[in-house]
Amino acid sequence: MKPVHIVQGTAVPLDRSDVDTDQIIPSDWLKRVERTGFEKGLFSEWRDDPTFVMNQEEFAGANILVAGPNFGTGSSREHAVWAIQQYGFDAVISPLFGPIFRNNCTKNGLVAVQVDPDVGNAIMAAVQADPTTELVIDVERRTLEVPSISVEVSFELSDAVQHRFLNGLDDIGLTLQQDEAIATFEQSRPSFKPTTA
Amino acid sequence: MTNDPKTLSEKVWDDHVVSSEDGQPDLLYVDLHLIHEVTSPQAFDGLRQNGRSVRRPDLTIATEDHNVPTENIDQPIADETSAKQVDTLRANTSEFGITNYPMGHVNQGIVHVIGPEQGLTQPGMTIVCGDSHTSTHGAFGALAFGIGTSEVEHVLATQTLLQPAQETMSIHIDGELPQGSTAKDVVLAILGECDTNGGIGAIAEFRGPVIEALSMEGRMTVCNMSIEFGAKAGMIAPDDTTFAYLEGRPNAPKGADWEAALDTWRTLRTDDGATFDREVVLDGANISPHVTWGTNPGQVIKLSDAVPSPDMFEDQTARQAAARALEYMGLTAGTPMRDVPVDTVFIGSCTNSRIEDLRAAAAVAEGRSVKDGMRTLVVPGSGLVKEQAEAEGLHKIFIDAGFDWREPGCSMCLAMNPDRLTEGERSASTSNRNFEGRQGRGGRTHLVSPAVAAATAIAGTFATPEDLS
Ligand code: SF4
Repeated sequence: MKPVHIVQGTAVPLDRSDVDTDQIIPSDWLKRVERTGFEKGLFSEWRDDPTFVMNQEEFAGANILVAGPNFGTGSSREHAVWAIQQYGFDAVISPLFGPIFRNNCTKNGLVAVQVDPDVGNAIMAAVQADPTTELVIDVERRTLEVPSISVEVSFELSDAVQHRFLNGLDDIGLTLQQDEAIATFEQSRPSFKPTTA
Repeated sequence: MTNDPKTLSEKVWDDHVVSSEDGQPDLLYVDLHLIHEVTSPQAFDGLRQNGRSVRRPDLTIATEDHNVPTENIDQPIADETSAKQVDTLRANTSEFGITNYPMGHVNQGIVHVIGPEQGLTQPGMTIVCGDSHTSTHGAFGALAFGIGTSEVEHVLATQTLLQPAQETMSIHIDGELPQGSTAKDVVLAILGECDTNGGIGAIAEFRGPVIEALSMEGRMTVCNMSIEFGAKAGMIAPDDTTFAYLEGRPNAPKGADWEAALDTWRTLRTDDGATFDREVVLDGANISPHVTWGTNPGQVIKLSDAVPSPDMFEDQTARQAAARALEYMGLTAGTPMRDVPVDTVFIGSCTNSRIEDLRAAAAVAEGRSVKDGMRTLVVPGSGLVKEQAEAEGLHKIFIDAGFDWREPGCSMCLAMNPDRLTEGERSASTSNRNFEGRQGRGGRTHLVSPAVAAATAIAGTFATPEDLS
């Protein structure tokens, strides 16, 4: 997991509610042996439609997904988070997230920003009206700013998750911080224990 | 440090705590990490993505087992997904410097067969693998359990695992087994008692005279199926049987190390006065050959019994499950199991594919012939088991009797390779899971011991060796 301090950039407005993880990444994509390459599966059923928002040129290069309420419900598949990240999004904004999806985001460093419904609507409208609208998500201050419409709100992020985001630590990253304790333990390992080398 | 009496599992657990904080899972050190082609690819990919390395490739061992065919292994694997998983494992292990035993290598085999036979599985160790039947290794007094793919990645990167505390459970088998009963019947009887959830949240320790009298192969069969009653792991205290099995194996300690190891290993038993959170006691004398009739391993009866009726279950959920299972299995309540005709016999899997299992089956097959029309597969657990069996002439006995003698792998245990049941086909199988479709879509699986499997192949219906004339 890479450290995340500030996510700044433009957004894609996905103006639909109740987007479940089956829609984010259809089940055919779960057969892969890799943990990468899921970007092609992101919303793959919708992307065949040329009018789908992600196919619009003016939103190319956006790194934030602005979604409707109830985003990421349904199946617990972590692949949904992988697909969103690998496509190039660093953050998702929604008035409400599916809880498992939201938790999966914290394991992978995808910033899930939950906002009040009216703030969500205002941002959605602003981005639809002007695709160059700039958004700034500050993980350290726990704030979301959209200067062009004078929005500055704070969002919820637990201290533990914030610590992991700022330092780029997943479970493995956290355990690696205990490297010294692990190394000390290894020294006390009896010599009769086998190795595979 | 207190001197409170401890159970075996508590001793091994406490010996591996790297760090511990109240209310948090313990960080446990992992002594041996076994990997195979199915559950490891995304873990390796995760390492690459994060620029991480494998902390201890020298405590990690890989083999190809789930996907490998059991015939024509000199040819490339025909199935594309299978071939890709195997190739991916080869590339990953070579990139990260991990020893892999590939298809065709004499040390290759089912991951839970090769650890013990190489002497890598030893008392008091922590052993993990991305596979639920890792509990097998508990037969040596090791704490061994299955993990998920993200945990595989965690172990690769850190050689540790975060684990919440578990309860302790004693399963005591008193007395003596009747003639003709085996370790598989013991564990099937335990499943009949504990159902599929009696062990959830606990580490089980199998104890008592029946367990002590079992060989290492038998103990592995029992521990293998711990996960089927929901236990985190199953363990048996190491004793002279364990030490005799280990002595001289390639990775067993030698010389002064062997003596030091023995001193430590002898302390690995549950202290007098230690208490368990749960206790189960069974009388060995009641354990005759068993067979499953339903679609989970807890749906099991004595082979001498008849197919149960759903009405026999008090609990409504169990009654409904029984009715569904009978329908799927194509069985009628009241039919004696001995009258149920079988289409296929599978002798193999990490439950029953070791040399002793093959000897038991061969002893029944010797001088007899498989029933006309019966499909049979004998799949040794590893290249070394196959070699040993052939040195003893067991393959000849099987072939002469009409059994199909195959190359090592998981095979029809889970049907990821070409060995599978067809719709409605009924098998007597020495494996560990009789779930719907486990051995092929629509297939009907009955779990039995190797001796019963061999006798059934000859009789054509479920039979014990004593039933054959
Ligand atoms: S033999 Fe069956 S249970 Fe054992 S590891 Fe292979 S697939 Fe799993």
